[in-house]
Amino acid sequence: MERRVVFAGWLCPAVLLLPQMAVTLVFFFWPAGQAVVQSFRRGDAFGLATRFAGIENFTQLFADPNYLASFGVTALFSLSVAVLALAPGLLLAVMADRVVRGAALYKTVLLIPYAIAPAIAGVLWMFLFNPAIGVLAAGLNRAGLDWNYLLDGPQAMLLVILAAAWKQISYNFLFFLAGLQAIPPSLIEASAIDGASPRRRFWTIVFPLLAPTSFFLLVVNIVYAFFDTFGVIHNVTQGGPGQATEILVYKVWYDGVVGLDLGGSAAQSVVLMAIVVALTGIQFRFIERRVHYA
Amino acid sequence: MHPKILAGAAAAFFALAGSAAADPVELQWWHAMTAVNGDRVNQIAADFNKMQSDYKVVPVFKGSYAETMTAAIAAYRAGNAPDIVQVFEVGTATMMAAKGAIKPVYQLMADAGEPFDPSAYLPAVTAYYSTADGKMLSLPFNSSTPVVYWNKDAFKKAGLDPDTPPKTWPETFAAAKKLRAAGLNCGFTSAWVSWVQIENFSAWHNIPIGTKANGLEGADTELEINNPTVVRHVANLAEAQKDKSFDYSGRTTEPEARFLNGDCGMIQDSSAAYGLFSKSLKAPFGVTELPYYPDVKGAPQNSIIGGASLWVMGGKPAEHYKGVAKFFAYLSGIPVQVKWHEDTGYLPITKAAYAATKASGFYEQHPGTETALKQMTGKPPTENSRGLRFGNLVQIRDIIAEDLEAAFSGKESAKAAMDDAVKRGNALLRQFQRNTQ
Amino acid sequence: MSDGGMVTARRSALVPHAVLIAGLALVLFPVYVAFVAASDTLPDILAAPMSLVPGRHFFANTLEALAAGTVKTSGQPVWSMLLNSTAMALAIAVGKIAISLPSAYAVVFFRFPLRKLCFWAIFVTLMLPVEVRIMPTYKIAADLKLINSYAGLALPLIASATATLLFRQFFLTIPDELVEAAKIDGAGPWRFLVDTVIPLSKTNIAALFVILFIYGWNQYLWPLLVTDSPGMTTIVIGMRQMIGNGDAQTEWHLIMATALLAILPPTLVVVLMQRWFVKGLVESEK
Repeated sequence: MERRVVFAGWLCPAVLLLPQMAVTLVFFFWPAGQAVVQSFRRGDAFGLATRFAGIENFTQLFADPNYLASFGVTALFSLSVAVLALAPGLLLAVMADRVVRGAALYKTVLLIPYAIAPAIAGVLWMFLFNPAIGVLAAGLNRAGLDWNYLLDGPQAMLLVILAAAWKQISYNFLFFLAGLQAIPPSLIEASAIDGASPRRRFWTIVFPLLAPTSFFLLVVNIVYAFFDTFGVIHNVTQGGPGQATEILVYKVWYDGVVGLDLGGSAAQSVVLMAIVVALTGIQFRFIERRVHYA
Repeated sequence: MHPKILAGAAAAFFALAGSAAADPVELQWWHAMTAVNGDRVNQIAADFNKMQSDYKVVPVFKGSYAETMTAAIAAYRAGNAPDIVQVFEVGTATMMAAKGAIKPVYQLMADAGEPFDPSAYLPAVTAYYSTADGKMLSLPFNSSTPVVYWNKDAFKKAGLDPDTPPKTWPETFAAAKKLRAAGLNCGFTSAWVSWVQIENFSAWHNIPIGTKANGLEGADTELEINNPTVVRHVANLAEAQKDKSFDYSGRTTEPEARFLNGDCGMIQDSSAAYGLFSKSLKAPFGVTELPYYPDVKGAPQNSIIGGASLWVMGGKPAEHYKGVAKFFAYLSGIPVQVKWHEDTGYLPITKAAYAATKASGFYEQHPGTETALKQMTGKPPTENSRGLRFGNLVQIRDIIAEDLEAAFSGKESAKAAMDDAVKRGNALLRQFQRNTQ
Repeated sequence: MSDGGMVTARRSALVPHAVLIAGLALVLFPVYVAFVAASDTLPDILAAPMSLVPGRHFFANTLEALAAGTVKTSGQPVWSMLLNSTAMALAIAVGKIAISLPSAYAVVFFRFPLRKLCFWAIFVTLMLPVEVRIMPTYKIAADLKLINSYAGLALPLIASATATLLFRQFFLTIPDELVEAAKIDGAGPWRFLVDTVIPLSKTNIAALFVILFIYGWNQYLWPLLVTDSPGMTTIVIGMRQMIGNGDAQTEWHLIMATALLAILPPTLVVVLMQRWFVKGLVESEK
C-alpha cells in the first residue's frame, strides 16, 4: 500500500527508522538467528556436548504425530478465538455507539477484561469451571453434562477458547468504537436522508469505512490467538489433557524449557517463524488489496 | 619510597583489606518454593546470614521447578549461573550428566574441608541423589513420599471401621466399593498418578521400573513398566474406574480438591499434603502406608521419594564453594532439619534429625506424621527401590499419564497402554543418551 | 455518534441497552465470582458450589494477600514491587511508542531503496512472542550486561511491531491534501511530522499507551528470567510466588484476592486514560 504524495530523500527516513531497526536486529533477528543455528544441532541442556545434526531435528519433528496434531489444534483454536472475539466486539461497539445514556459506564466496564493479564483471565475462568469447586462447573453437572476439563480434551479446548476470547472482546470493542466514532456523522446523515435503512447504512457506509480498523483487528486477533494466548494455556491446561490444547507456540516453549530439548524446540521455532513470514505476506498482499483507505 | 606515598599506600591497603573483610560473599540460591514455604526458605537463609558474617545466602524465587531449572541452565550458558539451585527430582539425570556444569556435593564438602559423614544421612532419602556407590551428588532439600489418607467420617458412613484402614490392594478396592455404596461420588483417587501408581508402586513391590537399577547404574537403561504385575494393577484401576470406586481426577494435585470436599473417601498423595488436609479438611482423617498385593513376593519393600534437591553449579570461585559447604553443613544440622521437617511435613534427611523428632514426642502429638518415614525406612532399599534416574523424565511422566488416561477411560487395554508407554519412553531415553554422550 | 442523532432518535433504545447489559454481564461475571471468592473463607469455597453472595472477609483476605502473603514469600515490600512493575510498564509503553511512530512515518511517507525490506523486517516481528525466543534472548541480554536492569526488562519486549502496524494503518488514512499543503508551505518532513502528524495521532498514542502499559505490567516469564536480584522483583512475580505452583496448598480465597489486586492498577490505567482518550476524540472532531 503506497501513498501518492511523499517526501523525497533517504537520510531522514534512515534516522527515523534507526531506533526500531536497531532494537529489532539485536533483540529479534539475532536471537532468531541463534534459534536457526540451534535447530541444526543436538546436545544436552547445558550445551556441554552439542554436535551438528543436519536436518535431524526437522525430520524427527515432522514424523511426530503429536507435532502434526498441534497444527490442527492451533488452527482450530485461533479461528475460534478470533471469531468469538471479533463478532461480539463489533456488536457491542455498534450498540455502544448508538446509546447516549450510560454510554460512559458501558464503555468503561466493557474495557475491564482488557486490563486483565491473559494469565489471570485464565485463572478466573479456571476457577469458574474447576470440576470440583467451580460455580459454572456445578451448573453444568446439574444440567447433566459430566464436566471435567482435566480429562476431556474438547472441554479443555472450549475452556481456553472462552478465556482467551473473553479477554480480547474488550480490545476489539475499543478499536471498533474508536473507528465508528471517527466516521463523520455527515456521511451517515446524508445516506439517511437519501432513505437508506439503518442496516443498509451499516453495510454500505459504516462497514467499509471500518475496513482499516477491521483489517488491523483481524491481524491482531489471529496473532493474539496464535501467539499471545500462551499465558492462558500455560495457566489453565498446560497443553493438556493429552496435548489437546497444545498450540504450536506452547509446544515450542514446553519442549524447550520444560523438556530441555533445545534442538527440537529451535526447529519448531524455525517452522513457526516460517509460518509468521507467510502469514504476514498473505495478509499484506491479498487482504490489503481489498481494503480502502479514505 | 617517599614516606607520604608509603603511608598512602598502607592506608589504601588497610582500607581495602578492611572493606574486603567486611563485605560478605554473596551466594545466590535459586529456588521454586512458593507461598508459606517460600517464606520458610527466606527464614533459613536469614538465620544463616545472621550467625556469621563471611557469607550471605540470597534466596531468589525463579518460578516453577521447570522454570527454575531452565533459568539455571540458561544462566550457566550465559556465564551467569547461581551458586545453588533447587532442582526437582525428575531433573536429576540431566544435572548428573552435566559434568563440569555442576559440582557434586561430596566433592564440594571434601574440597572445603567441611566435616561430612555420608552415613549420617537417611539412605532412603539420599540414595536417589547419589551415585551407585553412594557418593552424594546433590543435597536433598524437600523430599516426600506417597502415603494413603482416609476420611474417618466417610468410613463410618460406609460401615467401615474408621480406625482400621485397608492394608492391601484387594482390601482397598473392597473398601472403595463400600464407600461408593454409601453414596460417596468416588471411593478413592490418586494424586501424582505416575509417581504414585507406577514408580512408587513398583518400588513398594520390589519390581524394577527400568533396567540398570532403574537407571542409577547407566544411561543405557530401558523401561520395564509393562511387566505383568504393573499391567494387572493398571487393569484393576481401569476396572474400578467403571463404577468410580477408583476415580481418576487429574495428573498432579487436582485430585486433592475432591478429597477435601468429601467427594472421595481415600486419596493416595504425597506425605507433604498433610498440612493442607489438616488445615482444610473438615472431617477427621488418618494416614497409613500404601497398600500392596500380598501375592507379590517381596512386597511391601520401601517407597521412593519425590521433591527436589539442591545442586551446586560449577565454575564458581573457591571461596564461594567454601561458603556453600558451610551453608550445606548448616542445613544438615539437627535444628534446621527438625524445624523444616516439623513445619513443612517434608522428610528429614539425617538419622539424627529423625531420632530427635521422635524423642521430642512430635509424632505422638501429630498422628500420621511418622508414617512416611516408617514406610521409607522399614527395609533397606534394594536395587529396585533406591530411586530412579531417567533422562527426559518430565516427558516420560507425561507419556505414562497419557497412557494411564487411555487405560482408565477404556480406550486402550492396560497391556496396550503400558506397552505404548514403554515404547515411547524408551525412545526418549535413547535420545537423552545420545544427546549427553 | 456516527449514527445521525436526529434520524435515529425515534428508534427504540431498548435493543442496544439490552445487548450492552448482556455484554456487561459477560464481562463482569468472572470478576464478580472472583470478588465473592476473595470475600469468603477457604472452607466456604471448597464446600462447592460456592454461594454467589459475597462473604464478609474481603478486607481481611486482601490484607493477608498484600501484607502477609506477597511480602513474606518474596521478602520484598509491596511498594518496591509496584515500583518495578510501574517502571517496566512505563519503559515498555513509552519506548515502544517512541520508536514505532517515527518508523511508521518513515515507511509511509518516503520512498527509498530498501524500503520494502525494512517494512518486512519490522513486520515479521509482529508475531513471535518473547517466550519462543526466550533462551537466546537471555544470552544476548547477559552478554550486553542487561541482567537486573530496567533496560533489560524493557528492550526485548519493545522489539515487536504492533505499534508500528497501528501507526502505519493510521498514517495511510491521512489525506494527501494535508501533505501537499505542508509542502506548499515549505515545511519539510520533520515539520510535517511534529506539527501535523503527531497531533493527529493523539488518540492512537493514547490507546497504544494503555495497551502497552498493560502488556508491560503483565509480563511474567521474561522478567522472571532476566532478574535475579530480589530488589527487582515485579508485583506479578511476587503474586505468582504467593499463589503457589501446585506443590503447596491452593488457597483460593487468597488467590482471588491477589488476582483482584493484580487487576487493579491496569484497570485504573484503562479507566483514567479512557477519559483523556475520549476528550481527545471530541477535540479532534473535524
